[in-house]
Amino acid sequence: MVTADSGEGARPAPAGRAPAGSAAGRLTPSADGDAPLLRLRGIGKSFGPVHALAGVDLDIPAGKVTALVGDNGAGKSTLIKTISGIWEPTSGEMLWNGTPVQLHGPRDATGLGIATVYQDLALCDNLDIVQNMLLGHEMLRGGLLDEVNMELTAKQTLADLRVVSVRSIRQPVGSLSGGQRQSVAVAKAVMLDARLVIMDEPTAALGVTQTELVLDLIKRLSSRGHAVIVISHNLNEVFQVADRIAVLYLGRLAATGPAADFDTQSVVELMTTGTSGRIGGNGNSGEPASSQGRGSGTEG
Amino acid sequence: MSPTQRGPADADAPVVLAAGPETGDPAGDAAAADAVALGASAELIADSIGDYARIWLQRVRNGESGALPVVLGLAAVVIYFQLRNSLFLSAGNLVNLMVLSAPFIIFGMAEIFVLLLGEIDLSVGYNAGIGAVVTLWAAYTLPWWVAIIIGLASTAFIGAVQGTLITRLGLPSFVVTLAGLLGLQGLMQILVSRSGHGAGGSINIPSNILDDFTSGNLSPLAGWVVMVVLVGLAGLFMFLRDGRRRSSGLVAPPFGVTLLKVAVMAVAGVLVVLVSNTNRGVGLTVLSGVPWVVPIVLGILVLYTVLTGRTRFGRYIYAIGGNAEAARRAGVNLATIRTLAFTLCGLTAGIGGILLASQLNSIGTTLQGGQYVLFAVASAVIGGTNLFGGRGRMLHAVLGGLVVATIANGLSLIGMTAAATDIITAIVLLAAVTIDTVARRSRVAS
Repeated sequence: MVTADSGEGARPAPAGRAPAGSAAGRLTPSADGDAPLLRLRGIGKSFGPVHALAGVDLDIPAGKVTALVGDNGAGKSTLIKTISGIWEPTSGEMLWNGTPVQLHGPRDATGLGIATVYQDLALCDNLDIVQNMLLGHEMLRGGLLDEVNMELTAKQTLADLRVVSVRSIRQPVGSLSGGQRQSVAVAKAVMLDARLVIMDEPTAALGVTQTELVLDLIKRLSSRGHAVIVISHNLNEVFQVADRIAVLYLGRLAATGPAADFDTQSVVELMTTGTSGRIGGNGNSGEPASSQGRGSGTEG
Repeated sequence: MSPTQRGPADADAPVVLAAGPETGDPAGDAAAADAVALGASAELIADSIGDYARIWLQRVRNGESGALPVVLGLAAVVIYFQLRNSLFLSAGNLVNLMVLSAPFIIFGMAEIFVLLLGEIDLSVGYNAGIGAVVTLWAAYTLPWWVAIIIGLASTAFIGAVQGTLITRLGLPSFVVTLAGLLGLQGLMQILVSRSGHGAGGSINIPSNILDDFTSGNLSPLAGWVVMVVLVGLAGLFMFLRDGRRRSSGLVAPPFGVTLLKVAVMAVAGVLVVLVSNTNRGVGLTVLSGVPWVVPIVLGILVLYTVLTGRTRFGRYIYAIGGNAEAARRAGVNLATIRTLAFTLCGLTAGIGGILLASQLNSIGTTLQGGQYVLFAVASAVIGGTNLFGGRGRMLHAVLGGLVVATIANGLSLIGMTAAATDIITAIVLLAAVTIDTVARRSRVAS
């Protein structure tokens, strides 16, 4: 509790930004074939002599769920931290809607509309759902907190995501179940005009029912036009929810393509060896590689 | 597109945040129902006043008792002392109790600012001493209100320095403010001797107005007027707030519940004014009226309740106490909020110090600053504020401060020594924390 603040802690609260309540409803899903929302070109990240990422080319289209899979240490976390502005890449470039962008901090990413839902959720147990969803973006009325408008905004966002709340929107987040907490964290991200939502192991700590709840929410996000990146270890879930799959192996992109081009076995091979005879990934992926998936059969 | 995806039925199934019959999973259903019963504000779940009472009772049984233990405890203590000494509930002693409890209440409020962050300030007692010494010293030459501004600026500055050390250098608040406890005691002794008014190690109060904070009274009529205005404003505010929620389509507390709250406030107000307006003079002198200190403390309570409950700053204090990392990611400037909280703690300690000096008619080097810190923490915690941050309200300091002062006053009335007072206060503190912890544990277990 009494530790020093790190550098990021010193950034001022973005006071001027009012969250848009019905952001979730406004985005239009882009058709297949449109330019991707986010395009990574040759992204590399080194920590001293360690190359955590090397030459990653990845397209993240809007309206699609992209699953990022890979073994421990494959670079998944490094990649999403690069996208969410926590770390600057040492090489390569990022294109947002076709425009090159440089992220110097998480605020830059938030400003573009990139929201990250962390594994530990970053919710305050002692605050209620409304207070958590608007934390850092409180609305004021006459200098004091405008609880009514904040509650309406939160309610609207939850309704847009079809996260139903009858009376409990004022209950502390600490009293919610894991899936409900995840839903609140996602709703919080979406409310801030997020166009790309990154979720790190969203179902890792959840039971079966709660997992279904979160997977449904992920599908709903993408069907509303948000780009979604999901990191998961659970391949069943990946195949259940993902439109596209990107496999990382030792900091390189082993393969990427539509989920239909993969099956569990090929993904496991790619995760553990970086190549798969069934798909032909070679650690050197190019275009959003339907090319790599070409000719490979998906087992019934 | 994978064929397993996005069946329309899937995508349209609502995520159920609320408890209710629509939840499919039976185990989750029970857990969620429990969560609603425990978590959300009772008045927002209840449909009627009866429903409210039912939910409230259920919560008490579940261990979420709120202010109930401290209110019951206070009642028990009062009954015990009244049985031992019939003077305890006399008007004179009750008014005395209101005055006595003021410094404890204010010190408790000071401590709550930092307790909410999960920090502690051990220097509150001697910082209060500094505030009192500076104010009294300045009041020898300057108007009383200028003296107060100077005194409070000094204690706020000390709080800010400690807060800066804690936040910018990352030092533990326990250690920094322990150093403050020692260092400020020394500084206070130096100030007393340098002031030129400190014969015998204490400065006498030079201003009648400063003295009147605790020994002056409102006229009986003014007492009634102030009470009616305060309760009226509070009631008006609550009904307006409910009305705004209703007209915006949000759930508002049932009319009866809000009415009940206003009624409780009115009864408390009437009792305080009735007791205070009873003649408590000895012999022929007539002495009656609400002590000034009562509206002063109430004013600070309202101000701080608004500050902690209805402003961004307050919200961020709770957020940092609940999950500092979440607050940081939300863009909250942790260092600034924390430093401000320590500054406010120092400022509030100064207010308490001035009230203490007003009560003692002087301030001197015999001040038991270390003990006042412990009473301050005790007041906050007995009232229901959590030591580990994120949970607590300014009202808790009022309840806890009243308990601490009642015990001290009652024990001296029945002829107990100061030593016994310390021991019994310690037992009450332990009991309060135990009740809270056991209740919390049983809640987690259930």
